[in-house]
Amino acid sequence: MQSEYVLELSNIRKAYGENVVLNGVSLAVKPGEIHALLGENGAGKSTLMNILFGMTMIHETGGYEGTVKISGEEVSFTSPNDALSAGIGMVHQEFMLIPGFTITENIKLGREDTLPTVLSHLFGKSLERLDHAKMDSDARKSLDAIGMGIEEHTRIMGLPVGYMQFVEIAREIDKLGIKLLVFDEPTAVLTESEASQLLDVMKSIADKGIAIIFISHRLSEIMTAAHGMTVLRDGELVATKPVVETSVTEIAELMVGRSIDNLGIAQEETFAGKPVALSIRDLHVDMPGEAVRGVTFDVHEGEIFGIGGMAGQGKVGVANGISGLFPADGSVEVFGERLDLLKLGDALDKGLAFVSEDRRGVGLLLEESIAHNIMFRVMATRQDFLSSFGFAKLLDAGKMNKHAQDMVELLDIRCHGYRQKVGTLSGGNQQKVCLAAALTMKPRLLIVSEPTRGIDIGAKELILNYLTKLRKEEGLTVIMISSELAELRSLCDRVAIVSDGKIVSILSPNASDAEYGLAMSAIAPADPDNEKGGVQ
Amino acid sequence: MSSLSEAKAEQPSILHTVQKAAADFGLPRVIILTTFIMLFVLAGIFNMNLPSFFGDVLRRWGMWGILVLAMVPSIQSGIGPNFGITVGILGGMLGAVLSIEMRSAGVFDFITNATMFGISTAMAAIVLGVFFASIMGALYGMLLNRVKGSEMAVSVYVGFSALAIFNIVWALIPVRTSTLILPATGSGLRQMINLTDDFGGAFDGLFRFQIGDMTVRLGLLSVFFVCCLLMWLFMRSRLGMMMSAAGSNPAYARASGINVDRMRILGTTISTALGAVGIIIYAQSFGFLQMYNAPQFYGFTVVASVLIGGATVKRARIFDVLLGAFLFNGILTIALPLANVMMPDVPGVPEMLRLIITNGIILYALSKAKGGR
Repeated sequence: MQSEYVLELSNIRKAYGENVVLNGVSLAVKPGEIHALLGENGAGKSTLMNILFGMTMIHETGGYEGTVKISGEEVSFTSPNDALSAGIGMVHQEFMLIPGFTITENIKLGREDTLPTVLSHLFGKSLERLDHAKMDSDARKSLDAIGMGIEEHTRIMGLPVGYMQFVEIAREIDKLGIKLLVFDEPTAVLTESEASQLLDVMKSIADKGIAIIFISHRLSEIMTAAHGMTVLRDGELVATKPVVETSVTEIAELMVGRSIDNLGIAQEETFAGKPVALSIRDLHVDMPGEAVRGVTFDVHEGEIFGIGGMAGQGKVGVANGISGLFPADGSVEVFGERLDLLKLGDALDKGLAFVSEDRRGVGLLLEESIAHNIMFRVMATRQDFLSSFGFAKLLDAGKMNKHAQDMVELLDIRCHGYRQKVGTLSGGNQQKVCLAAALTMKPRLLIVSEPTRGIDIGAKELILNYLTKLRKEEGLTVIMISSELAELRSLCDRVAIVSDGKIVSILSPNASDAEYGLAMSAIAPADPDNEKGGVQ
Repeated sequence: MSSLSEAKAEQPSILHTVQKAAADFGLPRVIILTTFIMLFVLAGIFNMNLPSFFGDVLRRWGMWGILVLAMVPSIQSGIGPNFGITVGILGGMLGAVLSIEMRSAGVFDFITNATMFGISTAMAAIVLGVFFASIMGALYGMLLNRVKGSEMAVSVYVGFSALAIFNIVWALIPVRTSTLILPATGSGLRQMINLTDDFGGAFDGLFRFQIGDMTVRLGLLSVFFVCCLLMWLFMRSRLGMMMSAAGSNPAYARASGINVDRMRILGTTISTALGAVGIIIYAQSFGFLQMYNAPQFYGFTVVASVLIGGATVKRARIFDVLLGAFLFNGILTIALPLANVMMPDVPGVPEMLRLIITNGIILYALSKAKGGR
């Protein structure tokens, strides 16, 4: 008798060096079940799937602990091919299709049906010819199974995005003996109607007895399609429940809720009466992977304004658009002055400093010294740190070094001295250099994007404390963009949650976990005015 | 027992330091430096006139120096080593030809002092050359902005194409000076233009002195050093620093409000203009202006020189120019007479050596360019 589960993961633990990314996670899926896997970015979903598929990077970094069972048999995949032959398939978020090939050819790629020829008798199987008839009929069967009426000879090139997704699925279910399919955020790139069609397809696949692991952060989809669900948070298993026994609010709470006590929650303070420091109206930013589609908000002087949301939803795009790094459209006013979004460096000229999320790519000159990095932007935009030398103005090394030394001490930048190249510093210290450079601009408005990404706890604390201190002592207005909700809530006066390029809601740091969770899943909280209107 | 294990633990760390120091200095520099010293020792063993050789090395250092220096602005601004330095050289040659025409028209006749006469004609050639080279350099820079990512390949072909176009110019340019005109046809320029009546030796003759058999052309070297100093100062100016930032990290430069494309054009223009200066200094020392295809492979020579000095295709310092130009020319200068003594029956050994070093070092640098740091 076989096990009742297709897949059983038990007590999975995985660490990269000393960083534990998964701890004691278990997951079991029955045949025909659609099982939702939920969690914020970095909760460990991808790592869990990588373990399941035997991705090489898992083994290169020391393997994992715990057991993986397929249909009751313990397995340990060492390559994705092992997983595929055991009947596990994956529908990728980015399509793995060849545009110039037909749908049939894409479905059958690598598993072509062939007929023997004269040459193949002599030289082996690689010279057999393709059995087009059989391939076409197989492809047809798979396409029909998911209710896709399209001609199987059509080339992929030029198909709508939704169709490509369906071809991916057709390819997976065409594989013989497929038992389990993983859908990784399959609806992220689809329109609403395509998404609902996809959910129907998933249900019909499940009805055929194939188990599905469904990764999504759109909670409404999970409520409609999934049977069971598992929530991960910070690498730990939070809950496993049948979907019928839970609600959107509860799932949201489970995903977000965390030991806020560590960081605390910011004192609520209202800035509504204060003058407006930054006024944004209908901002659109064309940043690949972080598109912003119409964002409107005001930030008041002295406020710390947070922007949160899942990766790829556009929160980072807001900052990059304002700073003029990506093409943007809309109205942005800084202290009443209109920014020219198309003019390079206009934001810098108007007293706005930006600490980019891409430290090494945008934030620093890695081959230059700490001192050079700290003074460079001020030198370039305001001609500071220069001294007259005959007819020319040259770098004032004395002033640069003195200022750098001050900054190194102030922000506790751990280095051999301000002459050290920033490329050799640790992430946290590089971030401090970025911050020092931004502060050297003496900005009136500071935008920090992902200030604590990839840095150690000590540096994290120092940077966060310093931002609070600056606001308190110098009345600096700060916009902080972060994937870490807890961080935003510990620091900010208000937190805007962005999803799909738009602001879902602007929340108080005291708002409940559920409210945050729902906003992250693009479900706006019921607006009291609307509710009244609804009653009438 | 414990002391033994301690010693064992220490050993790799010392080895590591040595390896790191060697890696920082760069393997090719080590090889070239060793070759140079070895050749010098060999020359001594064969009883050759070392001081005289050393004087020649110094001279060639000054001759090539400014052309090598022209690599600094191009590398720093992000377009990489400027193989198309030929464009600047052609501008300089045009300036020199015009300066010679002016001289024969009597423009400089009011200057009676022979030294001042030479320097004036040279300066006229430099000013005109820089003028033409700057215009061509700016256009060349605009072209390079359209081919980001393959600047090195494109610059090689820009150099070759410009050379071909100017070959037509040289053949058709209407000149009156007898030292310029090809005697056989009565029209078009000569292959080798004798500069004795113009700026030949204008700077070489300046502050020239002997130490035993060694001739030091201090005038020539001074011009080179002054150019290096000016470049060093420029790199510490706001514009220079902005240009370097644009080359080292374009995204960073953009975030600092710098127009990266404009900085690249600036770097290309300065590099090309320096090419014009460089060829005039080269020609005045050589005594002849070599026309037509002569400068075809100068680009490779100067790129190799700066790379030997320790520059990469992304970063170059003035020190790399000084060291690179010295080592490259040093080896070739000593190798020539040495080869004649050691292998009198094999012709062209120094030329082979030059090609091996030039192309080998460029190959090495290119292989390091990607996937390196």
